[in-house]
Amino acid sequence: MSALFAIAWRSAWNRRFTLVLTVLSIALSAVLLLGVERIRTQLRDSFSSAVSGTDLIVGARTGSTQLLLYAVFRIGAATNNMSWRSVQALSAHEGVDWVVPLSLGDSHRGFAVLATTPDYFAHFHYGDRQPLTLREGKPFDALFDAVLGAEVAERLGYRVGQRITLAHGTGELTVAEHADKPFTVVGILARTGTPIDRTVHIGLQAMEAIHLDWRGGAPMPGLRVPAAELGGVDLTPKSVTAALVGLKNRAAVFGVQRWVSTYTGEPLMAVLPGVALDELWGVIGVGENALLAMSALVALVSLAGLVAVVLAGLDQRRRELAVLRAAGAGLRHVMALLAIEGALVTLAGVLLGAAMAALGIALLAPWLQARFGLTLTLSAPTANEGLLVVSLLVAGWLASLLPALRAYRLSLADGLSPRL
Amino acid sequence: MPAWRGPSDVAVSSVLAIEALRFGWPGAASPCIDIERLDVVAGETVFLHGPSGCGKSTLLSLMAGVLVADAGRVALLGHDWAALSGAARDRCRVAHVGYIFQQFNLLPYLSVLDNVLLPCRFSPRRRAQASQEGSPLTQAEALLDGMGLEPSLWRRPAMKLSVGQQQRVAAARALIGRPELVIADEPTSALDEAHRDAFLDVLLDACAAHRSALVFVSHDRRLAARFQRELRLPAINRAALTIEAGYPA
Repeated sequence: MSALFAIAWRSAWNRRFTLVLTVLSIALSAVLLLGVERIRTQLRDSFSSAVSGTDLIVGARTGSTQLLLYAVFRIGAATNNMSWRSVQALSAHEGVDWVVPLSLGDSHRGFAVLATTPDYFAHFHYGDRQPLTLREGKPFDALFDAVLGAEVAERLGYRVGQRITLAHGTGELTVAEHADKPFTVVGILARTGTPIDRTVHIGLQAMEAIHLDWRGGAPMPGLRVPAAELGGVDLTPKSVTAALVGLKNRAAVFGVQRWVSTYTGEPLMAVLPGVALDELWGVIGVGENALLAMSALVALVSLAGLVAVVLAGLDQRRRELAVLRAAGAGLRHVMALLAIEGALVTLAGVLLGAAMAALGIALLAPWLQARFGLTLTLSAPTANEGLLVVSLLVAGWLASLLPALRAYRLSLADGLSPRL
Repeated sequence: MPAWRGPSDVAVSSVLAIEALRFGWPGAASPCIDIERLDVVAGETVFLHGPSGCGKSTLLSLMAGVLVADAGRVALLGHDWAALSGAARDRCRVAHVGYIFQQFNLLPYLSVLDNVLLPCRFSPRRRAQASQEGSPLTQAEALLDGMGLEPSLWRRPAMKLSVGQQQRVAAARALIGRPELVIADEPTSALDEAHRDAFLDVLLDACAAHRSALVFVSHDRRLAARFQRELRLPAINRAALTIEAGYPA
């Protein structure tokens, strides 16, 4: 058998240029399959790690997915706010440990602005109950202080001390700027791999202050409150977008949820982040599966390519196979030769693909993080990835048996003298 | 394969015995081979000739057990090919038969020596026989030397050799491990006159030295004098007579 291996190797080396193309096409499909799988799982991870340690998210009555989308992912907008009175009532509930109100709606150069209380930095957790940490600076303290998410600072090149102005509304193109009340960056958060990285954090009072002289989304002509005259003004907000709630005892979560939904002051709802995340993932999962199905199709196509290349090459190898037969190789040797070659080519392709995928992840991770906020980490292959690699190997090898079968039939028909 | 040892030990024995052989290609109306009797004994050299299409290659395939007779018997060393399974025929062929084509006999990516050693890789019997003079490698070198190939060529890739040199390597490969029968299918047709005579010299010498029977097919009747026996295939192939009658030359 080792003699056959040597011959298979020498023969393959002799046709290395064609075979390299085959190996590359298998490698590419392996890269695609492994890459999609890695992105898929890490997307899911970073998705489910967006919020943790929060027992309930409370907001005006809407869909639970929608509430989660704008409160946690800064996607979309609230149709209604919840009043400050409701926030106070919620804080007074006996089961509630802490309430962190959130106010959204403004932006800075495309990044969402989140107005909240300093408690946010103490209570908000992400991932596996990890707290927010400051990479540099401190939490906001003075009225016009701002704390930036890691990506905001990185993309815009901001340091502590930078003066920024906020824009009214969200989106890159904003017409109305709060240019009269600039903020100072006092802190920059460490990277979390969650939407926090793309958020500018300010105090609730500051949010109120920049909108004092605004009505209906535009500055009121003639009504201007300069920053210097804010000293005596009451900056307690009238309403907020949503609130994160921590309970003293998690077992009380359904009781508090019921209390919120039956609250008489205004129509409110409370969602459990985990449940809402699962619901949301159910929607996204469809696209995820489509992606996986597509890469499986690509793998299938490249395996078909492998079969086609080997089959096409077989006609040119009739002479070689006949010489082998004349020199004493049996039909089983001829088949084994092609099966060995198929196995080697598939193995080389899949290994190359796995290496390329690892290299790609290592090289592209910073760019993906910066561009799409997608955290990819280079880690040991997961069970799923192992399964993909093995099934690719098996499928590739089985596909290479097809040419082996044809070689068998050709050899049988040709005997020792190939008709060319 | 113990069954194959006995007959080859007999001093003058039949290497190849054909009796009442009939063979036709599937779908053909009449058989293309119909031979009453043909025997080749150990060490005998047979020159087989005939016009194109008279069934020479088919007969060689039947002798080598690549094709199996429809009727009658083709026996190598007393054993009928038809009685063996496909895999057993493969094993038996490599153990007892050396084969030389018209041209392109070698695997271009292997060295000259590796090409010669191929039968020893596939057949334990050929390996064992070749080892009687030391090792398969020493016999391969001796054969190549006998074929007049310089030692400097032995480790070169086979594709670097001229056609004449390649045919000598093929002859060395056919002879390594002393197969009882060497079948050569027009091995000189791609060679010029000088190379053809030189090739024939070394081939006949080597066959004599190894006591291998040789069945040599060629168009070129001028070579016939060098062989112990000359056979005109149409003369012994009754099927060919009808073909010749049906198709004017």
